[in-house]
Amino acid sequence: MPDDPNVRDRHLRGLDALETAAPSGTDRPTAWRAAARVWAATWPKLAAVVLVVLVWQVVVWSGWRPVYVLPGPDRVLPRLFTELSSAEFWGALGVTMRRALAGFALALAAGVTVGLAVSRFAPLRVAIGSLITGLQTMPSIVWFPIAMLLYGISESAIMFVIILGAAPSIAGGLTSGIDYVSPQLLRAGRAMGLRGVQRYTLLIVPAALPMFVTGLKQGWAFAWRSLMAGELLVVIDQQHSLGWALSQARQFNDAEGLLAYVIVVLCVGVLIDVFFERADRTIRHRWGVTAS
Amino acid sequence: MTTTTETLDTGTERARAVEIDQVSKVFGEGPGALTAIDGMSVSVRAHEFVALVGASGCGKSTLLSLVAGLTHPTGGTVDVGGHRVAMMFQEASLFPWLTVGANIEIPMRVNGVPKARRKERVAELLDLVRLSGFARKRPHQLSGGMRQRVALARALAQDADVLLMDEPFGALDAMTRDILHDEIERIWRERSLTVMLVTHNVREAVRLGDRVILLSSRPGRVIEEFTVEEERPRRIDSARIASRAAEITDRLRAEVSRHAG
Ligand SMILES: Nc1ncnc2c1ncn2[C@@H]1O[C@H](COP(=O)(O)OP(=O)(O)OP(=O)(O)O)[C@@H](O)[C@H]1O
Ligand SMILES: [Mg+2]
Repeated sequence: MPDDPNVRDRHLRGLDALETAAPSGTDRPTAWRAAARVWAATWPKLAAVVLVVLVWQVVVWSGWRPVYVLPGPDRVLPRLFTELSSAEFWGALGVTMRRALAGFALALAAGVTVGLAVSRFAPLRVAIGSLITGLQTMPSIVWFPIAMLLYGISESAIMFVIILGAAPSIAGGLTSGIDYVSPQLLRAGRAMGLRGVQRYTLLIVPAALPMFVTGLKQGWAFAWRSLMAGELLVVIDQQHSLGWALSQARQFNDAEGLLAYVIVVLCVGVLIDVFFERADRTIRHRWGVTAS
Repeated sequence: MTTTTETLDTGTERARAVEIDQVSKVFGEGPGALTAIDGMSVSVRAHEFVALVGASGCGKSTLLSLVAGLTHPTGGTVDVGGHRVAMMFQEASLFPWLTVGANIEIPMRVNGVPKARRKERVAELLDLVRLSGFARKRPHQLSGGMRQRVALARALAQDADVLLMDEPFGALDAMTRDILHDEIERIWRERSLTVMLVTHNVREAVRLGDRVILLSSRPGRVIEEFTVEEERPRRIDSARIASRAAEITDRLRAEVSRHAG
């Protein structure tokens, strides 16, 4: 009887159905439920922001420092909104973001080149593998004196430091991503005849992607910090950037402006971090790295 | 049309698909060297189903890797006579970032099959392993048995005529395994494949193999070959299969106890 193909087929389908039982709650999420989920994810963050603002206000009210040195949110937030509506602010933000992206792109190119080279040639790994790890621990500000000697007070000096700050993390993420490609997948790839360029495009690159993105995220954090340090140290007067605005505000004892720009820098950092976090999570989910 | 040559070709093909001749494989060098396989000779006829059994570490996986060309023998020769060889592993080893369909497409991309044709073939192959409609699922959404069937479809997508299987059913529950036995037997027949199956499970070997080859451990050698004449379709729980399996298991036990001291 079990030799009857139809019986066997039903048997197989039954097993498949049992083994891939649909997760509970397959009913489509309604708009309301989606909203509830977004709310559940955002309210703690909003609460934290409100709490910080409250503590800040309380500190100001306590009279710990005079208001012209430490203004409260009641003064800084309106100032922030006036800044946000000025063309000058957007110009400065534009200059900074352009530098950030250009620097990150260069760091990406350098990091990928070095990372691939290191994972490809064993002697190179021996030679500079630990150097890359070492570079990751260097505080980027240490590079500025050298950068200014090499490039003067110029954007190139800032780019130089961004690359030195971000490229090692990117290279490190890529090499460890490639190193940890499962040997079993490599064997399966070879058994299918994957070689040359296809071995990289179809197997190694996608397999290394989750760790690579982690490296990118870390590289971005370094790039952003290096850039801010750079804009404060290497103040280029013709180019109004966020760093320039910060140092201007300090020179003119404009505490409100200073704090408003600090908030802007914080927000940009957080926004980009959220972007990388999303990318990271999406990839891990697609790769089946997370269970749920 | 040179019909005579063709018949002749098929004639020789029938005779031999895989010829393993006096093969040895040594891992490492010097005093720490390990002889995994020593002077092993096995020949497999085209369209034959051969099962290899032996204790752990007797070089079964190494042998399949040699046939698949993943490693090279230290001595002797492995000849697959220009046949295409595909391999299935104990773990499905699917690429987790690709859908089931895209996984099955990989060997075809390697072989330069055009995209439209690839899609058709994926549908055919999924149908063959009874997973039609699963092309867009991801490997981690499937059960172990289903993943192994995808791995089988992927191996078949290589258009190989020799299929090597390294304990492909080892990690599955008995019920799923029995069904996959039926499936693999059906596909082996429909596609006139040559199969070399490695297994720990002697009954499984007898259930599926035309021939069961028993290997010794350390170093790996062929101890004995058993021809299974039982008519197909066979049932793993039939008395005849069981008694044949018992006979081979006794021989295997004797070999394992030889290592006791
Ligand atoms: N790459 C390797 N380097 C060194 N030794 C190896 C290597 N691959 C296998 N061996 C050794 O060779 C012997 C045979 O290994 P192999 O994996 O072929 O055995 P097996 O019969 O498949 O075992 P199992 O039944 O556990 O899968 C083992 O002793 C193993 O430790
Ligand atoms: Mg093995």
